[in-house]
Amino acid sequence: MKKFVLCLLLICITLCSCHGRVEHALFEIPEDFDEGKQYEITFWAKNENNEHQRAIYADAVRGFEELYPNIKVTLSSYTDYGMIRNDVLTNLATNTTPNVCITYPDHVAEYMQGENVIVQLDSLMSDPRYGLSGSELKFKSPAKDEIIPSFLDECIIDGHYYAMPYMRSTEACYVNKTYVEKLGFTLPKVLTWDFVWEVSNAALEKGGDGKYKVNGKDVLIPFVYKSTDNMMIQMIRQRGGEYSTSNGDVLLFNDTTKELLSTIYSNARTGAFSTFERSGYPANLLNAGECIFAVDSTAGATWMGAYAPLIDISEDKLVEFETAVLPVPQFDADNVQMISQGPSVCIFNKDDAGEVLASWLFVQYLLTNEVQIAYSSTEGYLPVTSAAHESEEYRDYLARAGEDNNTYYDVKIAAAKLLLANTENTFVTPVFSGSASLRDASGEMINDVTKAAYRNKNVDSAYIDNLYDKVSSLYRLDQMQGVSISEDGAGVKTGFGTLPTASVVLIISLAVAWLLIGAYFVTDMLKKQRK
Amino acid sequence: MKKIIAMLAALTLVFAFAACGDVAETTVAETTVAETTVAETTAAETTVAETTEAPVAVMSYAEYDAAELDAEVVIECYVQATQSWWDNKITVYAQDKDGAYFLYEMACSEEDAAKLVPGTKIRVNGFKGAWAGEVEVMDATFEFVEGADTYVAEAMDATALLGTDELIKHQNKYASFKGMTVEAIEFKNGEPGDDIYVTLSKDGASYSFCVERYLTGPDTEVYAAVSALKAGDVVDVTGFIYWYEGVNTHITAVAAAQ
Repeated sequence: MKKFVLCLLLICITLCSCHGRVEHALFEIPEDFDEGKQYEITFWAKNENNEHQRAIYADAVRGFEELYPNIKVTLSSYTDYGMIRNDVLTNLATNTTPNVCITYPDHVAEYMQGENVIVQLDSLMSDPRYGLSGSELKFKSPAKDEIIPSFLDECIIDGHYYAMPYMRSTEACYVNKTYVEKLGFTLPKVLTWDFVWEVSNAALEKGGDGKYKVNGKDVLIPFVYKSTDNMMIQMIRQRGGEYSTSNGDVLLFNDTTKELLSTIYSNARTGAFSTFERSGYPANLLNAGECIFAVDSTAGATWMGAYAPLIDISEDKLVEFETAVLPVPQFDADNVQMISQGPSVCIFNKDDAGEVLASWLFVQYLLTNEVQIAYSSTEGYLPVTSAAHESEEYRDYLARAGEDNNTYYDVKIAAAKLLLANTENTFVTPVFSGSASLRDASGEMINDVTKAAYRNKNVDSAYIDNLYDKVSSLYRLDQMQGVSISEDGAGVKTGFGTLPTASVVLIISLAVAWLLIGAYFVTDMLKKQRK
Repeated sequence: MKKIIAMLAALTLVFAFAACGDVAETTVAETTVAETTVAETTAAETTVAETTEAPVAVMSYAEYDAAELDAEVVIECYVQATQSWWDNKITVYAQDKDGAYFLYEMACSEEDAAKLVPGTKIRVNGFKGAWAGEVEVMDATFEFVEGADTYVAEAMDATALLGTDELIKHQNKYASFKGMTVEAIEFKNGEPGDDIYVTLSKDGASYSFCVERYLTGPDTEVYAAVSALKAGDVVDVTGFIYWYEGVNTHITAVAAAQ
């Protein structure tokens, strides 16, 4: 009988441990970092298919390993945030996540499925020895107050830091200024949506030969937007519309959104507007003289313009024009608002605290001026530390815009300056489990009405109501609820809503099993005592 | 008493296991709901179109070729190859005796994806689109043509068409290019794992080719063979005439030139 009960007990333990959630003990900083022990850490990094970026990551690894010969960093390169996210989610279940990973806070919220999977960085940051600008570091890392506060705050989830900003970017509107002026317009310092729609529609005039007058070609899509997620999010923000609460309630499906979709639809209907999904990369169209307003990330600035160092079309398709780099279109030119984006870095928890500390040391190394300035210079990125911004080296870099069409490519440096001048005007959307899906849904609605316009479908209020239902279901937004807000309101806790009935039954069953086993042992002990 | 408690504990565990099983069933059910939603959405979209237009009849390749961009199209074609299935979508290289089609991210369950083997005839309903020069069927749904014949295209020798305006008329077809000299092999990400960009030349002109990882991933023979190529090698390649800002054939096989 005892053997039977023991078997039951083992089965229960097995069941309890196979719920698919990887859990770790809370990370505690070791007293000392053991430099006599070898550590191997993995770093999953993302680049924009840019060999310079890959080289800088490799240099960073090399430089760090020279300082810490007992830490070997294995670098894996990705060109897509989504692929990193998918691979992390796949590896979470088997506890084979990397040590350090380039990420977005939205994705971190998804990774936090189990307890202490992602290392909470609060105590590490403030540790006097190994923390930011700590006394035991072998390099000069920035102090906490040297990290741009708004960028650092983006990494707060549930009131705690779960990532560190690595690079920041925003979106810019890359404008063919030559064509705008050819059409008789003067480019303002801040674009408004009305201006962009007006110029875009004016550009559609054709000559007697059937070609567009402004470019003399058969093809012209005056306004092309790469990330329709960002387009919708920024439009809503600028209009004061609702998107979500900070605790994960979806508010996107409202009349403001409907009005915005109607405007987008009507401009797609004329042929003035299209999307990356329908028409391809804005850069390629801009550089071929087939687009006037191309909105894309400042992190893609090296692909933009007639003299772009990176091109994706054959050289014979390039046309000459003057490129202006402006903030994304605004509803209120006096109240500029733009999204903040760009990679952050998170650390996955491991059983060996020394390994986690090694990872943290590497993360800090990524924040040194050396890495920050080198990496940001590969694209229109902005370093995330004031230490880098204020360094002589970075100031010199910015001042040399236009010296060549590579390191000092003027469009790229203009893109970085755009964000530098607008760090106070950036915003991010709330982070919660499901926030990435909400972003996807936002963009999908623009993609949908744009395609509908070109397919001669009628998009009216009923169509948009139907679209709301469709994307809500497609992205499971109708199943999101119960997310708790952090105390300081800066971050949000992942939440998973009410447990499914099956889960409740399972948990209750397990609890009852344990109670019965406990009852058996108590009964057995009492009987033995009586004997 | 011991037996009763043991029995109760065992029964409780049985219920617990049953509950575990129920979770799995729920997941399947949810997936079904998602698939149904896609289908319903398509139906809804079709309804909108149907209010203004008559249903589109199955088109010949010539009719498909002549259709305007963004037009609704219905075609019957034979699967030649597929990219990896993902998130209830699959991208298909298809062809018939008259021409070829690229069915981009067609709605497809995982179960149906397994049946999309080369030669299979399907009826596809979608919209004609063009992305960076590649003409494709977007937002498509499909059904198997029951009892139909099968067709696997022979690779047409398109070597002589390189650099001519004629080549684009064969877009998406299964084709071979012979006696090509390797100029450069570049991994998209700087290391194996992602796409491989291949530059091959013929008669002094360079052409872009690609080993598309979702079609022929790192574990395939062709991926390894292309990875090992060196500048100056002369090869015969076979693949699908894909387009990305110019011809950019997706390589499916490579061998030393005959």
